[in-house]
Amino acid sequence: MISIFVFSLFPSLSCFTNQKAFTDHYLLLHISLSLSFSSAFLLFLVPNKSKRFRFFPLKFALQRARKIGMAEEETELSEEQRKEIAKWFLLNAPAGEIQYVAKDLKSVLNDDDVYNEAVSEAFPVYNKSHMICLEMPGRFGDVLVTSYGELQDNEYLDPKTAQVAIVDHVKQVCTEVRPATDEELPSPYIEEYRCALDIEMSKYVGEAYPKGFCSVYCTNGKDVEGPGSDFELVVVISAARLSPQNFCNGSWRSIWNIEFKDDIQILELKGKLQVGAHYFEEGNVQLDARHECKDSTLFQSPDDSAVSIATIIRHHETEYLASLEVAFNMSGLFQMLEFSRVLY
Amino acid sequence: MEAAMGLMRRMPPRHSETALSALLSLLPQHSSDLLSQVDLPLQVLCDVDNGKEFILCEYNRDADSYRSPWSNKYHPPLEDGPYPSSELRKLEIEANDIFAIYRDQYYEGGISSVYMWEDDNEGFVACFLIKKDGSKTGHGRRGCLEEGAWDAIHVIEVGPEEEGTTRYCLTSTVMLSLTTDDESSGTFSLSGSLRRQMNMNLSVADGHLCNMGKMIEEMEGKLRNSLDQVYFGKTREMVCTLRPPAEVAQMRLPDS
Repeated sequence: MISIFVFSLFPSLSCFTNQKAFTDHYLLLHISLSLSFSSAFLLFLVPNKSKRFRFFPLKFALQRARKIGMAEEETELSEEQRKEIAKWFLLNAPAGEIQYVAKDLKSVLNDDDVYNEAVSEAFPVYNKSHMICLEMPGRFGDVLVTSYGELQDNEYLDPKTAQVAIVDHVKQVCTEVRPATDEELPSPYIEEYRCALDIEMSKYVGEAYPKGFCSVYCTNGKDVEGPGSDFELVVVISAARLSPQNFCNGSWRSIWNIEFKDDIQILELKGKLQVGAHYFEEGNVQLDARHECKDSTLFQSPDDSAVSIATIIRHHETEYLASLEVAFNMSGLFQMLEFSRVLY
Repeated sequence: MEAAMGLMRRMPPRHSETALSALLSLLPQHSSDLLSQVDLPLQVLCDVDNGKEFILCEYNRDADSYRSPWSNKYHPPLEDGPYPSSELRKLEIEANDIFAIYRDQYYEGGISSVYMWEDDNEGFVACFLIKKDGSKTGHGRRGCLEEGAWDAIHVIEVGPEEEGTTRYCLTSTVMLSLTTDDESSGTFSLSGSLRRQMNMNLSVADGHLCNMGKMIEEMEGKLRNSLDQVYFGKTREMVCTLRPPAEVAQMRLPDS
């Protein structure tokens, strides 16, 4: 109904230059579409409103087209190259946005075979690197998809519940759950340490992260039967805050590797923290902050070690958050850019 | 095209050049649209005649050559590149001089350029560009700024004069990129771009340059406020939502 109105306007608009008419038509078409569909489409209005090149001289456009015409003859992309480009886009999607990127990519690629191949290769890598959290059917809670818990291409161990989640990477869902076999689980000796740490970490994460999830895996020495050998645990914390209706998404990822050194009775911790945020209303602003830290403590009983480790992790992460606060102090940063104080 | 712009809005701003080349190779038929709608950090060339630097953009470009606003010559030289009319060129020279003063006052350094050209509508279009690189020269509480770049692009479409007033349409894009890297707190990288528009009908009594200058000044002020709110405000809010500072966490009830 609205489109008819638009088209009837079209002849009157064309009394201006052809370019203006075309662009106004484009704009009005979008307005009519957005009124008929949900307000999510308004997002697409933004680039059109800002289309400042309405009056870009035709002679410039022709010269440039000449040059691009030459470029087209030179390069014709192979399927392999197109797939690699597609994967690059998918892997660089901000936290929580890969599905949106995939949708846009499908449209741009216009080639379902290349798209499907790229998607099947890129999604698992993205899911593991972002440590996405999936709900397991059957009231087992959630499972983190990480390289540490990967048993096979799409099977991920949840050490807490000793279940293995089978995952569809592209749909980003857990399709089924099965109990873990004994070979897939650590020995009882290791499990004592792992479990105690998991409990402490869950307490910490529950308090500190409103939407966080953590898992503790054994990455080395899972079959160690008793004292006398070294082993390694890893603590993974993943928190994501997705608010696409506010054009803002963010994620926090921590990976703490803990080496249990039996011979010197010391635990060595190495932490990698990564925070990301993306704001995309009328623009595209992204934060990427990373930090690495180290610490150590004594090798104690499972419960005491767990408390020690959790305390250290809590301390470092809180400190890092405080240093991020400092970074966000704007006047400091603008001074660094040597902007005149006149404006402030 | 919408899907392509959607992708550009999600890719990390630091990789926008790579993203744009990727899109250009996937969608060669949309090259002119993509090149005209996607903003990339500004690049600079040195004018061989007078040693001054000028900013490169699509507006002073023809094929692979760029026109310097100082000497009005193409670098590398071109036989038949387009030039503004002599009247417009006079305005352009004046604009460059005035804008350089503005830039010095507000930015204490940096590079600026202004380009103008006639459009098909008896008006003209002017593009004001500023580039400021604060990296490695800046000092602050957090130590050296690894990378600090401010790129501003202001494009004003000036309509034909009607009864003593003229319509000005300003579209401004600011790209800001800040990276700090130090031992104690790791890397912190915040980058991106914001775009705003402003339309005004102003009397020609004060002259085009005065009107355009006022609009740009007002717009830049608004953009800096937006930057504060968006770059720092929104991203900081997100981080605090992900992991509230310790004091808040302690106050929360156990069952929340």
